[in-house]
Amino acid sequence: MANPFTRRQFLNMVGAAGGSAAVYQASVALGLIPAVAAADTPRAELLNVGRNGRSVVVLGAGISGLVSAYELERAGYRVTLLEASKRVGGRNMTVRRGDLIDEMGNPQICEFDDHPNLYFNCGPARIPAHHHHLLQYCRDLKVPLEVFVNVNYHAWVQDPDAFDGRPVRMREYVADARGFMTELLAKSVNRADFEAPFSAADTERLLGFIRAYGDLDTNYLYKGSNRAGYLGGGMTRAPEIKPPLDFTEILKSSFWRFRMHWGEGEDQAAPLMQCVGGNDAIVKALARNITSPIIVGAPVQSITLRDDGVDVVYDQKGRNRQISADFCINCIPSHLLPGVRNNFPAAYLQAMASVQRGKLFKIGLQMKERFWERENIYGGISWTNQEVEQIWYPTHGIHGKKGVMLGAYVFNNDTNDLFARMSPAARIELAIQNGERVHPDYRQYVETGVSVPWHRMNYMMGCTSQWTPQARADYFATLQQPSGRHYLVGDQVSYHPGWMEGAISSAHLAMADLDRRVRAEARGAAANA
Amino acid sequence: MRNPLERLTLLALLSLALLSPALLWLPLAAAAAERAAAGAIVIAPEPFRYCVVCHGVELSGNQLVDAPRLSGLPRWYLARQLESFRAGWRGAHAMDTHGMEMRPQATVLAAGEISQVLDYATRIPRTPVATTITGDPQRGATLFATCAACHGANGEGNETLAAPPLAGQNDWYLVTQLDNFRSGVRGSAADDIQGALMRASVTMLNDDTAVADVVAYINSLQQSP
Repeated sequence: MANPFTRRQFLNMVGAAGGSAAVYQASVALGLIPAVAAADTPRAELLNVGRNGRSVVVLGAGISGLVSAYELERAGYRVTLLEASKRVGGRNMTVRRGDLIDEMGNPQICEFDDHPNLYFNCGPARIPAHHHHLLQYCRDLKVPLEVFVNVNYHAWVQDPDAFDGRPVRMREYVADARGFMTELLAKSVNRADFEAPFSAADTERLLGFIRAYGDLDTNYLYKGSNRAGYLGGGMTRAPEIKPPLDFTEILKSSFWRFRMHWGEGEDQAAPLMQCVGGNDAIVKALARNITSPIIVGAPVQSITLRDDGVDVVYDQKGRNRQISADFCINCIPSHLLPGVRNNFPAAYLQAMASVQRGKLFKIGLQMKERFWERENIYGGISWTNQEVEQIWYPTHGIHGKKGVMLGAYVFNNDTNDLFARMSPAARIELAIQNGERVHPDYRQYVETGVSVPWHRMNYMMGCTSQWTPQARADYFATLQQPSGRHYLVGDQVSYHPGWMEGAISSAHLAMADLDRRVRAEARGAAANA
Repeated sequence: MRNPLERLTLLALLSLALLSPALLWLPLAAAAAERAAAGAIVIAPEPFRYCVVCHGVELSGNQLVDAPRLSGLPRWYLARQLESFRAGWRGAHAMDTHGMEMRPQATVLAAGEISQVLDYATRIPRTPVATTITGDPQRGATLFATCAACHGANGEGNETLAAPPLAGQNDWYLVTQLDNFRSGVRGSAADDIQGALMRASVTMLNDDTAVADVVAYINSLQQSP
């Protein structure tokens, strides 16, 4: 029998019934549009348990805890959210004037000017386009987003070991590095004894590719490129091509090790996004939409697994209070849990002990002028092979008076320790000294700064969870599974530690399992009735 | 006084348990959870909640953040260690990563808070610790004869000699500190006279095995009265 519809007619019908999203899904199904990789963890579709049907105690009001509370209360669960600190959001922390940076032994108060553009995202700063769950929450909760510039070819590359420590523009480094590499490659392809499984036509195409990739001339030689930026001219007078950098200096710089390729990483590829007004907009939106009690200043004292539930004792204003719930979603950092009284099985504790607490450190600096914009830098990152590692320029507030820059973001463990043991003032001073190697006038613009060593922050003592391949193989599954009615949740139990999407995915995975059990129990009860 | 033979039996039992240290966690954790459920947990006063973040509820220690148990330690010793951190005898050496984590907490305390935090720490009852180190306690017993001169035959400590109790302390912490004394990370600061004495004393521990053995012996002492 002939198909009564053309595919176009079918899609029109789908569109009329289900709107553009349905057309999109149907188009993917028909193979008309290539499918986008979906979230590896589907959104948990929770059975509504009815009013006051079941109870869940959620420990920790970071992203995973907030998402859990938000979803579970919508499905009718009685939810209590306990948070040890006095604020919600966990490591999603945006600081503004007057905010406390609750570092162990080094409490700081943020002294930025009171201005909507003057804030610092101490934790997550980037939202990649494929972090489906997070973007869905932003969409649903109407959190406005703007583009975040991650890679800026106009920003600087600085290394004390190359170019006599003189900063060079990233575009210059990249264009010249590619030029030299491709020139060498072209020579090897052109050699008579070149042995490759290529036909003459393939070789011709390969040479074309090489030439285009490095912007070589017709003789396959690199003589500079407009990709490096002009030395002068280019509008009303002829452009002047920059003479190429010294290739041995390019090689001496550590920039090629990973910084040069940073923006090509799975989570780093352009364009990225950020929340308008600070990334804690996500936290505020979730908290605003949760009606269940969120009890802050309530550190957990003990967690007791029972056959039919979980008991949690917490300290509220100096008194022990107990909650007994059917389930527990526990988002407390795993390295802090042995410090909480518990009756976890030995294998569960052993799995927690296999995870190392990572170290990350950031500095935010309020600058009295947006001097970088006079250097043609609008957002993005300058990389330096000094302690601060990177300098970020704010994307928001362009051409305003002041701006808050990121003055340090350190990945190296030893350097993280170095900064952590300094006083906050000494950290800012080192960041300024480093910054002066990139921008000579840096010091004169610094008004005030904050420093955030995540491995020294109260109730955190680590960021991000470090899994060795061996620990992943031996223990990840154990921690991803519930222990009785207790679920360990968060970015710590994901392949994306340090990312909100990892936290949310972990929460949905746990909730889907919880839901499966509740449905099974409901079926069992119905069968017995 | 306990019969020495009885101790040997105990050692044999302990050695068995040591083959699977995790086994020991279960009864300890269960007992703690029972007490917790009974609401008997000693709560940290608000300014000292920071202590609990690393040292754990009732300051019972957390190896995952390298924070030793503080409960059950005598007031004079705790006071002395806070002083040591404040003076930079501890936590100032560039290689003392964990000590450096503690030092800001000690220096941030106001004068009046020191006695308050000591009041809190000494109010907590002593509970047994889990065993995490494997060593030869019999060999350790021989080595311990030297330690006993200051720390007491049962590792109970001696205030007059400023020698802390060792029995009942986290074994992994004892190993860390013995290593710190051996490498000079601890006991090298000028004016740290007691630290210098201890540093001289650890020269008798020639290698990691000796450290593990002596700590294994100290573990056996925590059962003593």
